[in-house]
Amino acid sequence: MKTTHILSTAITGLSTHKSRSALTILGIVIGITAIILVMSLGEGAQNLILSQIQGLGSKTIAIIPGREPTGPTDAAQLFSDSLKEADLVALTRKENVPTLGEIMPVVFGGETSAYQSETYRLTVFGGTELISKIFDLYPAEGIFFTEDEVRSRADVVVIGAKVKKELFGNRNALGERIRIKGKNFRVIGVLPEKGQVSFFNFDEIAIVPYTTAQQYIFGIKYFHRFIVEASSEETIARTVRDIEITLRNAHGTTDPAKDDFFVQTQADLASRLDAITNVLTTFLASIAAISLLVGGIGIMNIMLVSVTERTREIGLRKAIGATNRDILMQFLAEAVILTAIGGVVGVTLGAVFSFLISVVLTTFVGINWTFSFPVFGALLGLSVATAIGLVFGLYPARQAARKNPIDALRYE
Amino acid sequence: MPLIEIENLSKTYVNEGAPTPALQNLTFSIAEGEFVAIMGPSGSGKSTLLHILGFLDNPTEGLYRFEGKSMDDHPESELAHIRNKKMGFVFQSFNLLPHATVLENVKLPLLYSDVPDTRWEGMAKRAVESVGLAHRMEHEAFQLSGGEKQRVAIARALVREPQVIFADEPTGNLDSKSGKVIMEIVQRLNEKEGKTIILITHETYTAEHAHRIIRVRDGTVESDTTVKTRHHARDHFEK
Repeated sequence: MKTTHILSTAITGLSTHKSRSALTILGIVIGITAIILVMSLGEGAQNLILSQIQGLGSKTIAIIPGREPTGPTDAAQLFSDSLKEADLVALTRKENVPTLGEIMPVVFGGETSAYQSETYRLTVFGGTELISKIFDLYPAEGIFFTEDEVRSRADVVVIGAKVKKELFGNRNALGERIRIKGKNFRVIGVLPEKGQVSFFNFDEIAIVPYTTAQQYIFGIKYFHRFIVEASSEETIARTVRDIEITLRNAHGTTDPAKDDFFVQTQADLASRLDAITNVLTTFLASIAAISLLVGGIGIMNIMLVSVTERTREIGLRKAIGATNRDILMQFLAEAVILTAIGGVVGVTLGAVFSFLISVVLTTFVGINWTFSFPVFGALLGLSVATAIGLVFGLYPARQAARKNPIDALRYE
Repeated sequence: MPLIEIENLSKTYVNEGAPTPALQNLTFSIAEGEFVAIMGPSGSGKSTLLHILGFLDNPTEGLYRFEGKSMDDHPESELAHIRNKKMGFVFQSFNLLPHATVLENVKLPLLYSDVPDTRWEGMAKRAVESVGLAHRMEHEAFQLSGGEKQRVAIARALVREPQVIFADEPTGNLDSKSGKVIMEIVQRLNEKEGKTIILITHETYTAEHAHRIIRVRDGTVESDTTVKTRHHARDHFEK
């Protein structure tokens, strides 16, 4: 029997019971739709996270105080005071880290700001004039503070777009003074709308010289971060190694296990977040896959009923010359066609839904979400659907092939 | 050489441990071109006999030779092939695919044959025409009357031009007028086209259209006689 005849026979068999066939594949459709949806949204989330990380240059390296947290509950180490002024001096020395391009000490924390009667909760970010270069950040109005102002602990501030809007509305902000932690800061710059970059939302930020922030706002003598730029992408690994050696020397340790700091590159961060979203996507997709299993069992069930119902037809086909294999192939083809249709419908629905979600997120929530059609997911969905047809169709098809032709010839 | 030859053929069904003999020690042969009626009351084993002759069932004991060859150890697929090519079946309850057209029903045996599909249409049309249903070609089977359905079934049995046609109570579900049309066609196939016909019936009148009547009772051959005055469906039909 030719393949085309097997297929056309199967299609005829299915179209005789259209509504039953449609209901049968519903389980598969829902399962595949869910998988495509999860995979497409997972890919979208990954793109979103990566695009935010990439807001920081790829040469950027962060030095973070404390031991690298071993898990989500190991938070105490995040607030260590191990990065000091002496470390900054040591890292800046060319003989210690020859490939170091730039280094910027950073302190940050949440504070309340006030202008006349308006108050606004914002993040104070203490850095140097390099922040502009490292974060690719330039004021829309006014200017950034200078190296001199950093050295002299100047009371100047550059504010984010949302801070300006909350405190000043449509009024001019440049030259005005806002209060942060009881101290007056003169607004010298306003940032354009920038949104989330890495882990800072630059719209809700007040950037001040780190020296001023350390002394007047946080009252600390240590740093929350060093942000380093390697001289080039090729020297990142070497820079990381040199930083580690320099800091260990400065802290008087040699054992990497006893480090009271850790060094993170953008690439590290990207791959780590990538891994997290992958795990989440896989997890959700496997839950969705359970519905495929249920769908497969549903198909098997209906096929078994159908085989019993069509005993006469099977017997007749055998009487006029169908071999057991012909019958097996016919019923197997019916199951596979059903699930393959379910797969195609599911992939289409999944893609349509995830496209709609991306439109909603972009238009109404304001997240810069890119829709991506999960090609891998689609192929996977189609092959899984077909495989389900094969696996769950085999048993009923074998039952059909084994039917005794005489059963059909017995009169009702 | 007889077309069909059985020797000491027995069939025993085993139901819940108790063996029930259906056929016991049957021996007879049927030559090519014969028209044989197998008669007997229900439960006599005549249907079982037909199933064995049509390779749809296996004998428990004894020998069955078709065209001089024993069929004991042929694989299932080969038996299916012989059924397809050399045998045609007509059943009491027609067994058509109700939602397929007349033409599609008649094409069905070709699906399992090695005939190239370019010839299917022509072969099926000829078979439908030969039973006088050319005007019903595209009707779906369930729309037809009983007599027409049985004519479609005959066309389906003929489409591969088999040597032997097994007809199991072909007029059993039909009114007498339709039944006569069917018997006329069957007789014509035997006389004009030389097909071997094996007809199962419990009606003496129907059986007397054949050359020879084998009466079966309780699984054994009761009598094997030649019909002296055959009924001719054509005569009755015209009257």
